[in-house]
Amino acid sequence: MEKKVLLAENQPEFGAGLEKALEMTPADVVYEIRDSGMKGRGGAGFPTGVKWNLAGASSSDVKYVICNADEGEPGTFKDRLLLEKYSERLIEGMAIGGYAIGGSHGIIYLRAEYPYLIPAIEKARKNLMNKGLLGENIKGSGFSFDVEIRPGAGAYVCGEETSLIESLEGKRGEPRNKPPYPVNSGYLAKPTIVNNVETFCAVPHIILNGSGWYSDLGAGDCTGTKLFSISGDVEKPGVYEIPMGAPLKDLLELAGAKDVQAVQVGGASGSTIPASEIHRALSFKDLPPGGSVIVFNNSVDMIEVLANFMEFFVHESCGQCTPCREGNLRLMDAIHLIINGDICCVESLTPFFELAETMKLSSKCGLGQTSANCFIDIINNFVELSGECECGECNCEGGDE
Amino acid sequence: MHSVTVNINGKEYDVKEGSTILTVCKELGFDIPTLCHHPDLSIAGNCRVCVVEVEGWRTLVPACVTPITPNMVVRTDSSKVRRTRKLLLELILANHHNNCPECERNGNCELQSLAERYNIRFNRFQTVEKPESFVEVSPAIMRDSSKCIMCTRCVRTCEELQSVAVIKSVGRSSEVHIGTFEDKGLGDVACTQCGQCINRCPTGALYEKDETAPVWAALEDPGKIVVVQTAPAVRVGLEEALGLPTDHHTGKMAAALRRLGFDRVLDTDFSADLTIIEEGHELLFRLKDALVEKKEVALPMITSCSPGWIKFIEHKHNDYLPNLSTCKSPQQMFGAIAKTYLCDKEGFDPAKIVSVSVMPCTAKKFEKDRPEMNDSGFKDVDYVITTRELARMIREAGIDFDNLPIEKFDRFMGDSTGAAAIFGATGGVMEAALRTAYEVATGKEIPFKGLNVMPVRGFEGIKEASIPMPDEMAEGWEFLAGATLKIAVAHGLANADKLLKAVKAGEAEYHFIEIMACPGGCLGGGGQPIPTDMEKRMERMRAIYAEDESLPLRKSHENPEIQLLYAEYLNEPLGPKSHHLLHTKYTKRDRF
Repeated sequence: MEKKVLLAENQPEFGAGLEKALEMTPADVVYEIRDSGMKGRGGAGFPTGVKWNLAGASSSDVKYVICNADEGEPGTFKDRLLLEKYSERLIEGMAIGGYAIGGSHGIIYLRAEYPYLIPAIEKARKNLMNKGLLGENIKGSGFSFDVEIRPGAGAYVCGEETSLIESLEGKRGEPRNKPPYPVNSGYLAKPTIVNNVETFCAVPHIILNGSGWYSDLGAGDCTGTKLFSISGDVEKPGVYEIPMGAPLKDLLELAGAKDVQAVQVGGASGSTIPASEIHRALSFKDLPPGGSVIVFNNSVDMIEVLANFMEFFVHESCGQCTPCREGNLRLMDAIHLIINGDICCVESLTPFFELAETMKLSSKCGLGQTSANCFIDIINNFVELSGECECGECNCEGGDE
Repeated sequence: MHSVTVNINGKEYDVKEGSTILTVCKELGFDIPTLCHHPDLSIAGNCRVCVVEVEGWRTLVPACVTPITPNMVVRTDSSKVRRTRKLLLELILANHHNNCPECERNGNCELQSLAERYNIRFNRFQTVEKPESFVEVSPAIMRDSSKCIMCTRCVRTCEELQSVAVIKSVGRSSEVHIGTFEDKGLGDVACTQCGQCINRCPTGALYEKDETAPVWAALEDPGKIVVVQTAPAVRVGLEEALGLPTDHHTGKMAAALRRLGFDRVLDTDFSADLTIIEEGHELLFRLKDALVEKKEVALPMITSCSPGWIKFIEHKHNDYLPNLSTCKSPQQMFGAIAKTYLCDKEGFDPAKIVSVSVMPCTAKKFEKDRPEMNDSGFKDVDYVITTRELARMIREAGIDFDNLPIEKFDRFMGDSTGAAAIFGATGGVMEAALRTAYEVATGKEIPFKGLNVMPVRGFEGIKEASIPMPDEMAEGWEFLAGATLKIAVAHGLANADKLLKAVKAGEAEYHFIEIMACPGGCLGGGGQPIPTDMEKRMERMRAIYAEDESLPLRKSHENPEIQLLYAEYLNEPLGPKSHHLLHTKYTKRDRF
């Protein structure tokens, strides 16, 4: 059931978390976050405390704190809500991050489609500034921090942290080779942490209430609460906050999903599961939760859904590495062959499943490594091939004759 | 770097920490395929064909990018690795216009040889028709985007080695292509036509504009007198281009040209010596004008032999055009003299002369078409073919190059000295100029052991030296007594750019600068054999200096045919005839 922390009616005062953090040592702040077990809320699920620890240990006078507000995964709109209503919490979380790693410069990389949020974020910044919680020598601590907003340029791949950094540097949005990792050499070759909006928003709550409190919110090593944007065939689409590790069906009940055929969790690059599996847990071990849950009822033709998602990836691949640039195109071709009835059985799709595996194994970044997920899931679970053909090359019934 | 133990394909090795998996495996003899990787360039890691399996990693990792770490367990030969590479090659080939038999790079294509190595006999992903050829023409460089595999080697070459940066990935996903400013043709942007991109293209997406057809036609035309010149660096690249052992017999090249039917087989080395006489005197007179006459003179003087460099400075640093030597390049000097002096000597009608030049260079194709290059009343040079094109002609004619006799160049414009031979290497023009200018000004040989001016040799990006003048000078040059001549040499346009910026910023002061557009100088030119790497360029450089050492005459002013040319025709260096035929002017061009 719902458990509101980030979206709670009664929230601690903005800045309280930062003030408490400033009384701690930076190392203790990092440990608190690490002990909370929080994993990045952007979808990849890298432990936030580990990332901060690495950046903190990296020696440099200048370090950067970047908020990834390039919320571009289809069906995701949770960060938009946080930016609208809780920008002060976000900036507070970034400042705590800066204090923890030893960086004074924050950048909010804002999705190109969200320019209308800039005034809200600017206002939040001003409020914190007026309260002395941002700027030079915050509350006499000797720690200074400020943030700037940098609008993105509209590419999905820039949600990938190294592409985001390239874009911030004014270059073409393309993933970098790793190593070096951003924690060692990120924006302008300085140690950099890149975290999701929701991650930063959770940080002040963890500092105020303690890591133990936070981990108790979730189940097992899936700690804390998580925001989900639910859309599709539901009665009450919107953003819901539930404990991590909760079963998907809880969320579906909240949103009023009926006649469910399929649910896509984690966006187009996430998993697409049939109604029979909605008891599965929203956790990094089971159904990795990004921010998006899209529900499809039984009236939907899933091959059309697949075609739509694959078109998206074909459009959004940066085109740099072979498997992603060429692979998505070829998967799209396979989908068209299915739609046109030119592919009759799963067997004749074998090369394309092999292609999907190759993309996962050899693409440079998360985009190409996950874009074939929807192909695998939807073809395996939702697409019935005729099993009749006259190609003479496969083993389906038509082919045998 | 200390060593670490790693396990590769089931066996343990002690290797250097910090090296990439690719480097380590190469040293150990494990052959990992690559396409986007090039030893001269930064690492891109975009083709992914070098992926290997590393224990503990979720995905395969690119060997070109990934550093070796202690106790790493690597497999370069597993079925997973092999199948992945094969599939990646199928993906590339599905979107590649592989008309191999008709391709420029047939038989010398990295993609073709990987397709062969990985036994691609049927492409499972040929779901759409192959792209059609789209050939963009520029003065020297052709681009066929249907052959492009987006490895970005050309982009990195243009940016990192040449700092020209006129090409870049544009668009994304299926739209991605190598584009230029506003997608104009290479001929309409600040491209220097140096051809370095061609040398590093793994496929046939970039190649020189072929001029062998009009050369064949001229050779077959009985009404034409076809005169050929060959640049110093061609003779150290030709055998490589023919796939033969490299023993660098200039005499065999001359024999081959004669068998192709050229009426006069002559030498750019001759006009390189001529360039030295003119340019050496130009330097001395600029110094005199500055120091004695107190005139406004542009110093440092900068060499003008390299047409890629000329186009670069015309685009990017055109406030420094007065600093360029007014001397035409040896190619153009040769053409102007061939259509005047040679015609006088041989009784040829200049209108019937077809002047063909064999160059290690693509920019020379652009240079020959510059509108000002026709001072004799005829075009100095009619056709330029690269080392590669000459090799193709020799093969097509069925000439058994290896077994050719050693022959000489023809008279009047065939003699040369060691000073001309070294024009082909970075620092060579400087060294040749010093050998002559020093002797003109001091009456003595340049005081380097064996005339070898070692500080200007080698592949260091920017080289500098100071040459002290003696207290006693030759008559007329006393003002230089005790002075120090400061010189610098740069090769590769990125180094040239750096050097010129330092000069502009007042951080460095020189009297004379040599610049060659290509890495290593002409021996690494855009018309030289493919592939290229440091080792190959080293080998060509050694051959060039060996040629210099082997020649009886090693100073341009000792070339008897040059002496004859001045005695009978030009009268004196920088004289009126020289000015008319051998010197030129430059053009300001747009920055982009």
